[in-house]
Parts: sequence; C-alpha cells; structure tokens
Amino acid sequence: MPRLIAAALAFFLLCPGEALAMHISEGVLPPGWAALWFVVAAPFVFRGIRQINRRKDIDPSYIPLLGIFGAAVFVFSCFPIPVPVAGSTAHPAGTGMSAIFLGPFASVVVAFISLLLQALFLAHGGLTTLGGNTVSMGIIGSFAGYGAFRTGRLLRFNLFWCGFAAGVAADLLTYLSTSFEMAIALHGDQSFWSVLGQIYLAFMPTQIPLSLLEGAVTGGILVYVNKHRPDILRRLKVLGKEVS
Amino acid sequence: MTSLKRGLLASVFLLLLFSPVLAEEEAPKWPGVDETVVGKYAKELGREARDPYINTDQGDLLLFLFALAGTAGGFVIGYYWHKVFVAGKKDLEPRD
Repeated sequence: MPRLIAAALAFFLLCPGEALAMHISEGVLPPGWAALWFVVAAPFVFRGIRQINRRKDIDPSYIPLLGIFGAAVFVFSCFPIPVPVAGSTAHPAGTGMSAIFLGPFASVVVAFISLLLQALFLAHGGLTTLGGNTVSMGIIGSFAGYGAFRTGRLLRFNLFWCGFAAGVAADLLTYLSTSFEMAIALHGDQSFWSVLGQIYLAFMPTQIPLSLLEGAVTGGILVYVNKHRPDILRRLKVLGKEVS
Repeated sequence: MTSLKRGLLASVFLLLLFSPVLAEEEAPKWPGVDETVVGKYAKELGREARDPYINTDQGDLLLFLFALAGTAGGFVIGYYWHKVFVAGKKDLEPRD
C-alpha cells in the first residue's frame, strides 16, 4: 500500500498544473508595505538559521529531517490542489508540520527559501512580496501550527489530533495573515475590517476543505513517525516531557 | 506481480500515453485563489499584480519547471525518507 500511495503521489507531482496559489503576487503590495514585511521577517529568518545550526548538533537525523520537511513545504506550497466544492484550486502551507519537527524558527527559514525559489523560477508569489509571504506562510503559519500542537499536547489530546490542530491552524491563519497584509495595505477609504473580512471570507470555501486535508496529513505523519522512529520525537522534544 | 498491480500499472501507462491527446481537449479551467481572491481584490483596491521579474510563464516553460520542481522535491523527500525511516530504523534494531 505505501508503494501505491508513493506511485500515486509521484504521478500527481509529475502532472503539474499552472502556478495558481495564494501567495501575494509581484507588485500587489505598495513599496512601503513590502519593505516593512521584509523588516518584520528578517529577525525570524536569522534566528531560524541559528536554530538549525544548534539542532543539527543535538541530533544527527536533524539534517535529513530538514531535507524531508523542507522539500515537503516547497512542494506543498506550490502545487495547486483542486477543491471540487469551491471549483477552484489552492494549496496547503505545510509550515505547521515543519514547525513541529524542525522548530518554528527553522520552519520560517524553510518557508523563506521555498518562497524565494518559487518567486525566482515558478512565477509564483514575487520578489517584492517575498517579505509579506514569508510573514504569512513562514512566521504566522509556523507559529500558529506549533502553538496549536503545543496547546493540544497540554490538553492531552491524542497525537493525531494535536497534529490535526496544527495543520488546520497553520493553513487558516496563513490565509488570515495574507488577507491582513492585503487589507491593511490596500483598504484606502474603505473600512479595514470590512476589506479584511471580504478577502478572508473569499478564501474560505477553498481553504476550509484544504485545511482539513492538511490537518489529516500532519496528524498522520506525526503518528507514522511516532510509530517508526519515536526516538526522533524524543530527541527533538517534539512530545515534550509527557511522552506518550 | 498481482493482477491488481498489473492493472494499475497498465492504467497509469495508458493515462500517460494519452495525456497529451486529452490535454488538447478543452479542459475546464479551475482558477486558483490567487486569481479569484488575491488578484480580484488587489485590482478592486487599485493595485494590479505585474509580471514576475523572471517571467517563466511562457508557453510550456512553466509546466516544465513545475515538473522539474516536483521531481526534484520528490527525490529529496524520498532520499531522506529512506535514510531516516528505512536505513535509520535498521541501524537502531539490535543485531543478533
């Protein structure tokens, strides 16, 4: 069965569609706002680089995990998934999952690199909006996912449901922050809250089903890793002190 | 090889073989949320997206790059997955 799933995934990945996704496109944010989001993202990226350097010394399997979840965030965040109930396509963020395994700051670095590659080569997002997209998908997505996972652990939820909450929170809050960045920069004479509400609600028919999918994938991967390599979760303190 | 696997492989092969022909058909376009939400609201609010600085959205180039990105991403995931969950797991098992 895993081979069949792998074959199906490979087939899906080898049949790409156009770059249709949620990143804020080139030129949408005015220069001042675009610069501000770079300034906000920079300290998180630098701290993330330090987190990666520190963690790779603690656990030799950290670099392979960085490879797995880094590539997963890149793939998740650029391949459009059709949502039949909405009649449109979008993609998950993947940063909730990477934040759990790699740490939230390291996950920001992974998101930044993925977004940079997508902006450079896949006409996806933009170089001027890279800061804004890093804040929404990298910072908000990672910390929302990590926070939801930790909250779930504190409330003693089953591991799957902790991961599920992380995936859902990362996805929905990424889109909320994308809406926020657009609304605050572009609302003009209109009410900021009204514009924010309109944009966020417009995302919802596509994102609610996708966030549930992202939650299930995140929860499923956590359960898989806990079953096959629980030592990794312990070493990286993913399960905290209350190891299940 | 079971008949199920043979059937699955044959289906995938046929699908790949005829996909260019199927692609010639008028395929219904599923717009992305960048078009239906980001682009739409940006335009309504007075800012339109402009072409990327490196515009790879030219003919089939973008599709090729997506295929390349998917393949590279898939190989990286598969390589490290094997290293951690197959080879790494074997290293942990006690040897007799």
